[in-house]
Amino acid sequence: MDIPFSKHTLANGLDVLLHEEHGCPIVAVNIWYHVGSKNERPGHTGFAHLFEHLMFEGSEHHDSGFFQPLQAAGASLNGSTNADRTNYWEVVPASALDLALWMESDRMGFLLPALTEQKFLNQRDVVLNERRQNYENRPYGLASMAMLATLFPDDHPYHWSTIGEVADLNAAKLDEVHEFFRRYYHPANASIVLAGDFDSDAALAMVRSYFEGIVPGAPVERVNVTASIDAERRILLEDRVELPRLYLAWMTPPMFAEGDADLDLATDLLANGKTSRLYRRLVYDERIATDVSASQSSREMSSFVQMSATAAPGHTLTEIDRVITEEIARVANDGPTDDEIERGRVQAETQFVQRLQTVGGFGGKSDQLNAYNTFLGRADYFTEDLARYERVTKASLQGTVAKYIHGSHRVALSVVPRGRTDLALADSSPVSVS
Amino acid sequence: MSQTSAGRIDRSQLPPLRPVPRFSFPAITKSELSNGLKICTARHAQVPMIGFLLLLHRGASNDPVGLEGLAAITADMLDEGTGSLSAIDVGEQLSRIGAQLDVDVSSDAMLFGITSLSRFADRGLQLLADIVVRPSLRDDDFERVRQQRLNRLIQIRDMPGAIAERVFTRLLYGNAPYGHTPLGRESSLSAITVDDVRAFHRKTLLPGQATLVAVGDCDHDVIRALAEKAFSGWTGGESERAPDSATPAHPARLNIVARPGASQSELRIGHVAVSRSAPDYHALVAANMVLGGQYVSRINLNLRADKGITYGARTAFEFRRQPGPFSLSVSVDKAATVVAISESMREIAEIRDVKPVLADELAIGVAALTRGYAKNFETFDQLARAVAQLSLFDLPDTFYSDFVPRIEALSPDEVTRAAARNLDPARLTTLIVGDVDTASQDFGHLNLGEPALVRPDTI
Repeated sequence: MDIPFSKHTLANGLDVLLHEEHGCPIVAVNIWYHVGSKNERPGHTGFAHLFEHLMFEGSEHHDSGFFQPLQAAGASLNGSTNADRTNYWEVVPASALDLALWMESDRMGFLLPALTEQKFLNQRDVVLNERRQNYENRPYGLASMAMLATLFPDDHPYHWSTIGEVADLNAAKLDEVHEFFRRYYHPANASIVLAGDFDSDAALAMVRSYFEGIVPGAPVERVNVTASIDAERRILLEDRVELPRLYLAWMTPPMFAEGDADLDLATDLLANGKTSRLYRRLVYDERIATDVSASQSSREMSSFVQMSATAAPGHTLTEIDRVITEEIARVANDGPTDDEIERGRVQAETQFVQRLQTVGGFGGKSDQLNAYNTFLGRADYFTEDLARYERVTKASLQGTVAKYIHGSHRVALSVVPRGRTDLALADSSPVSVS
Repeated sequence: MSQTSAGRIDRSQLPPLRPVPRFSFPAITKSELSNGLKICTARHAQVPMIGFLLLLHRGASNDPVGLEGLAAITADMLDEGTGSLSAIDVGEQLSRIGAQLDVDVSSDAMLFGITSLSRFADRGLQLLADIVVRPSLRDDDFERVRQQRLNRLIQIRDMPGAIAERVFTRLLYGNAPYGHTPLGRESSLSAITVDDVRAFHRKTLLPGQATLVAVGDCDHDVIRALAEKAFSGWTGGESERAPDSATPAHPARLNIVARPGASQSELRIGHVAVSRSAPDYHALVAANMVLGGQYVSRINLNLRADKGITYGARTAFEFRRQPGPFSLSVSVDKAATVVAISESMREIAEIRDVKPVLADELAIGVAALTRGYAKNFETFDQLARAVAQLSLFDLPDTFYSDFVPRIEALSPDEVTRAAARNLDPARLTTLIVGDVDTASQDFGHLNLGEPALVRPDTI
């Protein structure tokens, strides 16, 4: 199992990766810019994501919506921003590859001449709507912001969420957009993957003709700030919810580092699916929670494991906390069973094979190649990535859990119905999210 | 950027559109077991995986009156144990082959899916059969599952999108079989007993109204033999379908669910429209693309790109066995509630006559539907679901291969006329879930009469 590809770096620094796959007459174009909300500064949050919106508003030689010509050619397309990177993709009929490259190269090379104050203000309003819809007007929607803000110190680039703070968005200026583009949106900070039904030589020639003339900017200095948490912090947030929910988070090693794969499997065996230990106790046997989940958010500088469970009517977050703490301790003290390790491996293999199904979109082969290339500098990592999960042993998983998520170096966030701060874990301090 | 040269390519115009290869759907091989279970397989050997879908041609519209939620809770109970296996044991068996059970209950159907690596096909299919045909349906598991679903109802009281969906469904269909979401209501869930679940399972989950779809790295005869083994002993013909029932007729009206303090208004605008078998199907799919079915549609461009009052607006015809809803879904800045409604209603009305579908915008919609059509069938899961759709709606095997030419043959006139026949401004129901101050916003000029306040817990 692998994703065969060829890699070429153009003179301007743009990485080009080509993966031929002739199953379906389509081509995926996938571009990553190595910039995310971690490149922002306090007081200027939300910028990377707002910028992503502006990338869809036209460029010098096509000064109208980015969607129109591509959708008219039968493409599907989207983009997304997270803390570490911004990605853009199109999946086009094979005969429209040149159109996708034309459009992507025009906005990489010629965005600013078309970027007006009016477009900027309009997209800022759209983002404020997105924030209200997906965070403010959604139950528990502000929990992730409160968690990040407490887990990471004020000046750490993971302290703020990608959507940004309302005051910062309102204060954003068009000049800053120009500055941001010059700094981060250039070929030497980007990587393009084509995957699908094409001939590699012809496709490479086409990429060269569209992108080679774009002048690189100065190299982007990588952000690297370490963070740690050595004592428990208990916070509470009042929200428009019916049932209180407990969120727990611990800091864990960066993505791909030692321990990262162990913690992925550990969160699965603890809280994913009906066979998981916490589901079994909290939902199935003791019925004190309506749901439980756990996952690791793997990031470039530092990851975190987060668990959450919602109290069943008549039960408390204290009861839930006790069970979660006990179950983590059991894994830390006694390790997983052989069966849990075996299941974890089969599930990892299945997920990897499933990822091989689509050439494009979020999480498809092209996105995966770009993730490896951007974060590791090498895209031939698929087999090695799967091998990380196959190497996990009972002892390594036990040791990793004991080291990173067993203990009180954590944030405990209680989200409670408005006016019911008594439902939070004892000694929690109220926080507000702006 | 002056330092950037335009390179070797022509930026004065976009590259021209070129033809795309004609799409053809993989061949479907069919057979039927002696107990009436239909089997459809299609080959897709891209990755060493296989997807099984068991389609039951009955869904939430078969819920008895007063027991709304019965189909969905029955489906939910199936993996709570089989034979000597507990729910946890079933979960372990599934995860040992890297599989999980996907359960999807809609108004018309129940779908049970299992996906696994090809080498586990035999065990996967056997588990699927054990789960669906021979569930334990124990009292204690039932109480727990029902309580979870009641808790779910409590939680969605805070979710504006879910509130809107539930209330809007009720407003459009009243007590008709489509008048509730599969989850049901607090009162009906409380009324359901484990014996109701057992009876529903016995009378409804029958091989005579089921289709097994398998797509992947597989051979029809092999799958058939595996199915023969797994599903032997399952018997039963057909149960009755939900009755066709007239849905209540409403004049245009405005309903409000109050959500004090909400920063956005969640809106639904629509009416009962057409069934999947409607002759206008293709024309309506195209009309929807122009009106609100994609980013570059009239309503999204108006509300998002032009006015910046939403993150996105979408319209859809939901095609079902019986007439399904046409609806617009959008969440807007609360200060813009009235303008969002009036603009949306205007767009819906105008596409019928004063602003007919133009050739250019139809071309964009048609291209989006046809030129990228192949990518809807890239994965075995997409293919399996597509085959299940054919079976559920009695469509010919050529449906997908014919789709592109049918859509390409549409004229702007035909599409406008289909919109005029099937969209009726005089029947539009509008629902606002939000913090709406009827005194300060000018609802009067919407001409929808006095807004009716709806309490979601009373629907």
